[in-house]
Amino acid sequence: MTNAAQQKSNDAVSGTGSDDEQQYLTFIMAGEEYGVDILAVQEIRGWEATTVIPNAPEYIKGVINLRGTIVPIMDLRSRFSLERVEYSPVTVVIILKVETERGERVMGIVVDAVSDVHSISDSDTRNSPELIEDLNTEFIRSLVSVDDNMIILLDVQRLLTIDRQVIDQAVDVVADTDNDKEKV
Amino acid sequence: MSIDLSQFHQVFFEESFEGLDIMESSLLALDLTEVDAEIINTIFRAAHSIKGGAGTFGFMQVSGFTHVVETLLDEIRAGDRNIEQDHVDLFLQCVDCLRGLMSDLQAGSEPDMTQADDLKAKFEAILAGGEDVAESATGTQAGNQDISDGSTDDAGEKGWKIEFIPCDDVLCTGNEPYRMFRELQELAEDGEGNGLEVIPHLERLPEFSSMHPEMCYISWTIIVRADIELSEIEEIFEWVVDDCDIRYQRLSECDLSTLEIHQAVGSLAEVADIAAVDNADTAKEEINTVPPIAPVISEKIEKALEESAVKIAPKVEKKAVTKAAENTSIRVSIDKIDGLINMVGELVITQSMLGQLGQEFDVSRLQSLQEGLSQLEQNTRELQESVMKIRMLPISFAFSRFPRLVRDLSKQLDKEVELVMIGENTELDKTVMEKIGDPLVHLVRNSLDHGLESVQERTDNGKSRAGTITLNAYHHGGNIVIEVKDDGAGLNKERIRNKAIEKGIIGEDEHLTDSQVYDLIFQAGFSTADVVSDVSGRGVGMDVVRRNIAELNGSIDVSSTDGEGSTFSIRLPLTLAILDGQLVKVGEEVYIFPLVSIVESIQLEKSMLNNITGNQFVMQLRNEYVPIVSLQDIFNIEGEKKDLEGAMLVVVEGDNEKVGIVVDELLGQQQVVIKSLEQNYEKVDSISGATILGDGTVALIVDISGLNNKSSEKKSEDQIQAA
Repeated sequence: MTNAAQQKSNDAVSGTGSDDEQQYLTFIMAGEEYGVDILAVQEIRGWEATTVIPNAPEYIKGVINLRGTIVPIMDLRSRFSLERVEYSPVTVVIILKVETERGERVMGIVVDAVSDVHSISDSDTRNSPELIEDLNTEFIRSLVSVDDNMIILLDVQRLLTIDRQVIDQAVDVVADTDNDKEKV
Repeated sequence: MSIDLSQFHQVFFEESFEGLDIMESSLLALDLTEVDAEIINTIFRAAHSIKGGAGTFGFMQVSGFTHVVETLLDEIRAGDRNIEQDHVDLFLQCVDCLRGLMSDLQAGSEPDMTQADDLKAKFEAILAGGEDVAESATGTQAGNQDISDGSTDDAGEKGWKIEFIPCDDVLCTGNEPYRMFRELQELAEDGEGNGLEVIPHLERLPEFSSMHPEMCYISWTIIVRADIELSEIEEIFEWVVDDCDIRYQRLSECDLSTLEIHQAVGSLAEVADIAAVDNADTAKEEINTVPPIAPVISEKIEKALEESAVKIAPKVEKKAVTKAAENTSIRVSIDKIDGLINMVGELVITQSMLGQLGQEFDVSRLQSLQEGLSQLEQNTRELQESVMKIRMLPISFAFSRFPRLVRDLSKQLDKEVELVMIGENTELDKTVMEKIGDPLVHLVRNSLDHGLESVQERTDNGKSRAGTITLNAYHHGGNIVIEVKDDGAGLNKERIRNKAIEKGIIGEDEHLTDSQVYDLIFQAGFSTADVVSDVSGRGVGMDVVRRNIAELNGSIDVSSTDGEGSTFSIRLPLTLAILDGQLVKVGEEVYIFPLVSIVESIQLEKSMLNNITGNQFVMQLRNEYVPIVSLQDIFNIEGEKKDLEGAMLVVVEGDNEKVGIVVDELLGQQQVVIKSLEQNYEKVDSISGATILGDGTVALIVDISGLNNKSSEKKSEDQIQAA
């Protein structure tokens, strides 16, 4: 997206500004643009070495010390079963913070690059098509197009709170549906 | 103006609980053959402060109850009465009862007064010089019954009781209740009666913010004490009778008791508002002076007052107290605070010195920079220690409950016991202290019940009649050790063994060492007591004790000698926030082992190694076989597999089992601050937490007992795979 186009899109959005608009931070991963609620973003950092947690799932890269707090780092590519890339100095970690029943939860996600901030009205969003019965769709809240580009809006709460049990169940479900397909 | 007293409630409760503790310990220290007046004074003072405080804060049920206790104490103090064993027992019961009342009040619930009333009756009987306590107590009740019967027969009063519940918009229709009351007043005076009494009911009164100024939210109970006809009253209410609820009743017909309670409640509310009343008695007096009623009824009011006090006080304070009950506080001696302030002062000086140095720094001043930094390090360490000390309390807080417990229990079991407490000033973290209380109670009860023999048995074996239970606390390294020792018969190895075989915990022909046999008593569901008493013998105790102690990163050991007694030693870390750790390196990662669980670190030699079942190695360490596991395998750390020979081995002990753990390298030892992994992530097997090292990176702390379980799981998995 060129700067001019961005400008245009921002103008367009702010021009139709209404109360139910929310701002989203978007980032790029494998050529696709994803968005998270900007209020859930605590800060953006560069990649740094982590301390590995033993027997953790593949997508948990480990924990880092964020000014005295132990913060786990999740590789979003690996989480979404995308192809792996080498981390470079420009690899970005977005630190997200959500309120859960157990209190505040902070977690970092590794993405390719941060893209933009968009104001998006809820009415412009579309639900993701239901046909993809996949674990990864759990985290997708909705889809929205800005300037003919599709942005995938993520449900940060789900992304951060989903625990192993749920994932295991989901994996079971996926396995079951695979079996079903075979039967068919 | 009324001050919000609820803010002081927490302090009041804390002080009262302290007062109760003082009363209890003083009562226990009381030697009846030679009564020390000072001790009686101490008890009296404690009781008096509780009474005064309770009165001030409107906890009338507490102050009323404490008053009778105090009265008896006062007589004893003045020498009018000799203190007897019965009295001491009764006082102790009162302490328990008051403690119950206080906790109920603190939790914001309505206290259960049945026990208090019972005890109060007993006290009153003693004070009245009554011989048979029970009889006189029932007598009082019977008396009350008579009174209530009598009051219904008391038909001498002439007049009317009017329930006047106006509709909400009575004021809008131009009717003014006050005018009606004035007319009633005139009517009553004309009728040569005692006058008029109006009791307002404010229950429906809304919050000030939601109140409508033209609405009437108040209803009234009106008592006209005059000989007048109903029609005359009806005339007054004629204008409002259609849209208001008005009920008339002859005074002689109506049940006076409801009336009196209304009065009592009204007066009490007033009294509580003033909040300057010392105790219920003054309140009683006030009420007695208000309406000139027959003496039988005044007694009823007293009863009603007590009942309503129970209802009123918690209702008013509930909200504030429930909140207060959640916060716990800690009392810190002023010395500790002063020390802390000194420390901070030094820190500030060091900081400004370093700041100055930084502004005009050149290499020639490197020396002073290093000095400054080492001073900073020292300041930081001292400050850390002082802050930690604030959380430290002497263990006497946990020990103080035992004299009473031992006294009651020895009576119940008919044993003679002497309790010795050593090292009561040993300090311990508050959190640890709170969690160690229950396990200690279990151990002491066990020692008393199982450990010590009966008087008969003791004298037969040539021991002193009274058994001794010793509680000993001392610091040992970075740990605190608490010992519970008895001079009883010692653990019966044969019986434990037989019981374990019977329960199927061990096999018939298994050979066990002494310590393994002793270890059996920590198994769930294990009890050797022949008879299950309410003291112990249900077999739910010791495994809970061990689990609680393990949760605190501590351990428990038993040693026992036949005929001479047994000792349970609990070893606990001084604090839960900081841990002495051994840093080890595996692959690229640094892990921390708690220093307390490390037995030794050695370099493996080929001669020590034995290979069993293919890839499981054990090592002979003196006369034990220790399984060897590799941290690399357990944690699935990438890196090339190293030969066991020549590898560094850390022998650790958790849950009384030793395991050798292979690591790549031993790094230094240091104190680490424990941080939670669960807060942002989840519980990780074999990891108890994380910490931040000097270079800012995160290191994980290994949970030794978790590791032990894991390695045994792994073993069994391997076995299954092999099969």
